[in-house]
Amino acid sequence: MIIQSLDPRVTRARIDQEKEFQPLDQLDQFETYEVFHQKKRGQQHTHVGIVHAPNAELAMVFAKEQYSRRGQCVNLWVVRTRDVFVTEYEDADIFENTPAKLHREAESYKVMDRIQAYKERQEA
Amino acid sequence: MEYTEKHVLALKELLYKMADDQLILGHRNSEWTGLGPILEEDIAFSSMAQDKIGQAQALYEILHELGEGEPDTVAFMRNAEQFHCCHLVEIPIGEYDFSLLRHFLFDRAEQIRFDMLAQSSFEPLAQVARKFRGEIKYHVMHADVWVKQLGKGGAESHGRMQETLSSCFPMALGIFEPGPYEAELIESGIFPGELALRNKWIEAIRPVIESAGLHLPDQFDDTSAYGGRYGSHTEYLQPLLDEMTEVFRIDPAAEW
Repeated sequence: MIIQSLDPRVTRARIDQEKEFQPLDQLDQFETYEVFHQKKRGQQHTHVGIVHAPNAELAMVFAKEQYSRRGQCVNLWVVRTRDVFVTEYEDADIFENTPAKLHREAESYKVMDRIQAYKERQEA
Repeated sequence: MEYTEKHVLALKELLYKMADDQLILGHRNSEWTGLGPILEEDIAFSSMAQDKIGQAQALYEILHELGEGEPDTVAFMRNAEQFHCCHLVEIPIGEYDFSLLRHFLFDRAEQIRFDMLAQSSFEPLAQVARKFRGEIKYHVMHADVWVKQLGKGGAESHGRMQETLSSCFPMALGIFEPGPYEAELIESGIFPGELALRNKWIEAIRPVIESAGLHLPDQFDDTSAYGGRYGSHTEYLQPLLDEMTEVFRIDPAAEW
């Protein structure tokens, strides 16, 4: 029996109702690329998510529709996820600062972000 | 220049066939929504289908300003024989190799057509052509990358791409079926004509096809897919229109 649906696309796909679907093999899919977009020329690229793709060219094609469609974008980067060298979470203690060195924590940068955001709102 | 009555007829004919191609292909491609090969491609293909409908709408708007019906009425209230689309866009989506190659062959032609129209003596059309340039550039980028990817894929992938290209190429030639007013379009500077477009199109697609390891059929004068520009369509158009207009026809005056 073919599935009949009110959605013509489902009917058109001619999906067999009795057919048992096999679970997908693990990793039976394209690898991932990390996507970075730039809102304005000169600004930093910001990580926005991932896409699955067989190569960088297609990753770029997918990233464009996935991540630049809903907002302003002037430039995209895609980087193969496995090319990103990452720290291990079990080594996260390397980031801990001793209380005596709190002066190193550059909190004022966060204030700058807020000032920048305020300026942008004023310009808009 | 001042357009004669015949120039205006020529202009309307050109607008109708372009808009009808976009509307029908946009609808066809939207049939992949939810069924695309992977999520990312599903989103990209659906989004481009939506772009096509938007392009069609812009051209129907120009027609409306030239005295034709409202865009919705024109899109949803005509029967198959009143459409000017080519056969290529009417064919069911088939398998993904066909839909992709159709998208490649059509959008490559579209890109050149819009480039030509960006210089049109009819300014409203030139403006629309310039407006959609970026959108179509992406469509072509998407199509080229896929054609290369699958053409150079494994033996099955390559074989299917070549077989489908060979079978849909004659249909694509139907895009360039000369209309009844080619001479008027050319002399008025509205559009350089279908033959000029076809020749540029062959020049543009050949290197992409070859870099994908595929080859173009060498018969460029095949007219087997002609007829669409004069209202003679494949058996697939009317069922598509019935489905597309089903909701609209329940209450054409409904506010959306």
